Amino acid sequence: MLEIKGLKVKLEEEDKEIIKGVDLTVEPGSVHAIMGPNGSGKSTLSYVLSGRPGYVVTDGTATLDGENLLDLEPEERAALGLFLAFQYPVEIPGVGNMTFLRTAVNAQRKARGQEEMNATDFLKLIRAKAKDLKIDAEMLKRPVNVGFSGGEKKRNEILQMAMLEPKMCILDETDSGLDVDAMKLVADGVNALRDTGRGFLVITHYQRLLDHIVPDVVHIMSDGRIVKSGGPELAIEVEKNGYADLMGEVAA
Amino acid sequence: MSAQVQSKRAQLKQAKLTATEERLQGLSLPGGGVWATEARQAALARLREMGLPGRRDEYWKFTRPDTLIQEEVPLAEVFVHDESPVFDGIDRLRIVFVDGVFNAAESDPLDLAGVEIERLSDAAQADIHWAREVFGKLEARGQSPVERPLSSFNTAFAGDGILIRATGRAEKPVSLIYRHESETSDAMLHHVVRLEKGANLTLLENGPAAARLNKVLEVDIADGAAFHHVRAQGRDHQRRAVTHIFARLGADSVFKSFTLTVNGTLTRNECVVEFTGDDGAAHVAGACLGDGDFHHDDTVFITHDAVACESRQVFKKVLRNGATGVFQGKILVQPGAQKTDGYQKSQSLLLDDDSQFLAKPELEIYADDVACSHGSTSGAIDEEGLFYLRSRGIEEGPATDLLTLAFLAEAVEEIEDERLAEEITGRLEGWLARRRG
Repeated sequence: MLEIKGLKVKLEEEDKEIIKGVDLTVEPGSVHAIMGPNGSGKSTLSYVLSGRPGYVVTDGTATLDGENLLDLEPEERAALGLFLAFQYPVEIPGVGNMTFLRTAVNAQRKARGQEEMNATDFLKLIRAKAKDLKIDAEMLKRPVNVGFSGGEKKRNEILQMAMLEPKMCILDETDSGLDVDAMKLVADGVNALRDTGRGFLVITHYQRLLDHIVPDVVHIMSDGRIVKSGGPELAIEVEKNGYADLMGEVAA
Repeated sequence: MSAQVQSKRAQLKQAKLTATEERLQGLSLPGGGVWATEARQAALARLREMGLPGRRDEYWKFTRPDTLIQEEVPLAEVFVHDESPVFDGIDRLRIVFVDGVFNAAESDPLDLAGVEIERLSDAAQADIHWAREVFGKLEARGQSPVERPLSSFNTAFAGDGILIRATGRAEKPVSLIYRHESETSDAMLHHVVRLEKGANLTLLENGPAAARLNKVLEVDIADGAAFHHVRAQGRDHQRRAVTHIFARLGADSVFKSFTLTVNGTLTRNECVVEFTGDDGAAHVAGACLGDGDFHHDDTVFITHDAVACESRQVFKKVLRNGATGVFQGKILVQPGAQKTDGYQKSQSLLLDDDSQFLAKPELEIYADDVACSHGSTSGAIDEEGLFYLRSRGIEEGPATDLLTLAFLAEAVEEIEDERLAEEITGRLEGWLARRRG
C-alpha cells in the first residue's frame, strides 16, 4: 500500500514549492488516476516518489508497505516494488535492451534475497511477455530505447513493468504521444497486470486513457494539491467541462 | 625572420642535439649482418639529425617525454594479480618476452602454417633478409612530415623482436606475450610484419613488457592482404611505454588495430598509417580506462595517398581521480587521393572534475572529392540514463559501469573477431567491478 501524507516538495535549484501538501493512499488491487492541468505538480509527484535527483522534500512522508520511500535510493525503492513508467523513456546507446532488462531483473532479485534468474528462463519469460506487447526480437536486441518510436518506447516501459512485477506502478503520462491503437496496446498490457496485490497510480492529462484503464478513484490535482477526488465519473466531467470549470467550482 | 629569432631556434636545436649526444654516450648498436647494421646506422643518423624529443616540441605539448628518454629507468613495481592473462582461452601461437627478452623455453615453437617467424636477433646475423625492405624503412617514411625520434632510437638500438612474414592465411593468431619481472627493466622491442599478396594474419599483444618499454611495430601489407591487431597493454600501475606502429597499405588491403589500455603511469601510442594503393581500409581504435596516476596519449597520423581508401579512428577514454588522456589525430589527404573516406572520433568520459582530456583533432586535405569528418567530445556520466537504470533496481555502481561499458563499446566494436571483442569486453567488466571493490 502506498501512503502519502502531507507531502511538500520544492526544487533543489530554486526556492520554488511544487507540491504543497498531498495526501493520498493507494490500496493494493486498486487503480487511482491523477488528472490535472500542465504544471499542477503531478509529474513531480511521480519523480519524487521514484527518487529522481533535483527535488527536496520539505515536509511529509511517503511509504510503501510501511517503509519510508523518501529515505531510500532509487534502486532500493525499485527493489521494494515501486515502478515508474517514464513519460519520456531515456535512450541509452550501447546498452542492449535485453542486457538491461536482465541486469534489472537480477539486481532486484538479488536485493530481495532471491536467486538470480538464469539466461534460459529469462529468455523464455521475456519472449512470452514481449509477444503480448507486440515487441519483436529485433527491439529486444537494440540499445535501450534508441531509435524507438514513441509507441515502442511506451510499450518497452510496460514490458519492463511486466518483467519486474512491481507492487506499486506509477504511470506518468503514458498516453502522451500515442495514437489510439498504440494506446490500446499499452492499456491492454497494463490491464493484464491488474491484480489484487498490485496498486496503480495513473497520471494523465486527458481522460481518454482512462477509457481503457478504468480507475477506481480519480483525483484532480492543481497547483501542488489534490483539489477533488471521486469516482471514474470525475474524469468524464473533466473531459466535458475542462479543468477551469472544475477548479472554479472548487474555488467557489 | 629576424636573425635573433633564427638564432634562438638554432640554439634550442643545438641544445637538443647536444643532449641527444650525451644520451647516446656509451650506447652501441647491436651486432649483426650487413642489412641490419645498415638499417641501424641509418636510424642512428636520423636520430642524430632530429635529436630526441624535448618538452618544447609541439608534438609533445601534452605529454612529457623526459622519463621515456632519460638514462635512469623510473622504478615500476611488478603488479601481481590473480586473474588469467588476456587471450588465455584463444587458440594461438604464443611467443613470450620477459622484460623485453625473447624467452624460447616459454614460447611455442616458431612454426605456423602460412607464416614464417624468426627472432630479430637471429635474422640480423644474416647478410641479406626479406626484412631489409621493411625494417627501419617504414619508420623512416614515418618521420615526415612529423618527426618521431623515439622510433629511430628504437630501430638503432633494439636488439630483440620478432619478424613475421605471412604468405597465406595464418592458421591461428600470433600472440606476443610481454611479461614484466624486474622493476628496473628497460626494454626495446622492434617487430616487423610483412603480409604478402592476399595473406591474412592476426597479431595479438598483451602484458606490461617492462618497467619502461620502447616498442616499434612495422607492418607492410601487400595488395589484397589483411592484418588484424588486438593489443592489451598490461595493468602494471607504474609502467611507462612509448610505442609506434608504422603501417603501409597496398591496394585493397586491410589494417585494423585495437588497443586496450588500463593503468600505467605513462603511455604514448603512436600509429602512423600510409595508404599507397587504392581501395584500402584502415581502422585504428582504442579504449582506455585511467584512474589516478595515469597519462595516456594516442597519437595517430593517417596519410591518404591513393584513391578511394577508407580510414576510421575511434578512441574512447574513461578517466577519473586526476587521470589524463591525450588524443592527437590527423588525417592528411594528399593531392589526387580522391574519394577518400576519413572518419575520426575521440571522446572522453570524465568521471570527476580532477581528470582531463586534451584533444587535437586535425584534418589536412588537398583533394576536392573527399568525405572527411572528425569529432571530439568530453563529458560526464549521463545523469538521466543513470537515474533510469537505478529506477529499475540497478545500483549506482553497476549502473555507472553499464554506462561506462556502453561508452567504450563503440571502440571495442572495431574489433572484427567476435571472440577477441568478447575477451576485451570481459576484461573491461572485470576491471570496473574490481574498481568498485
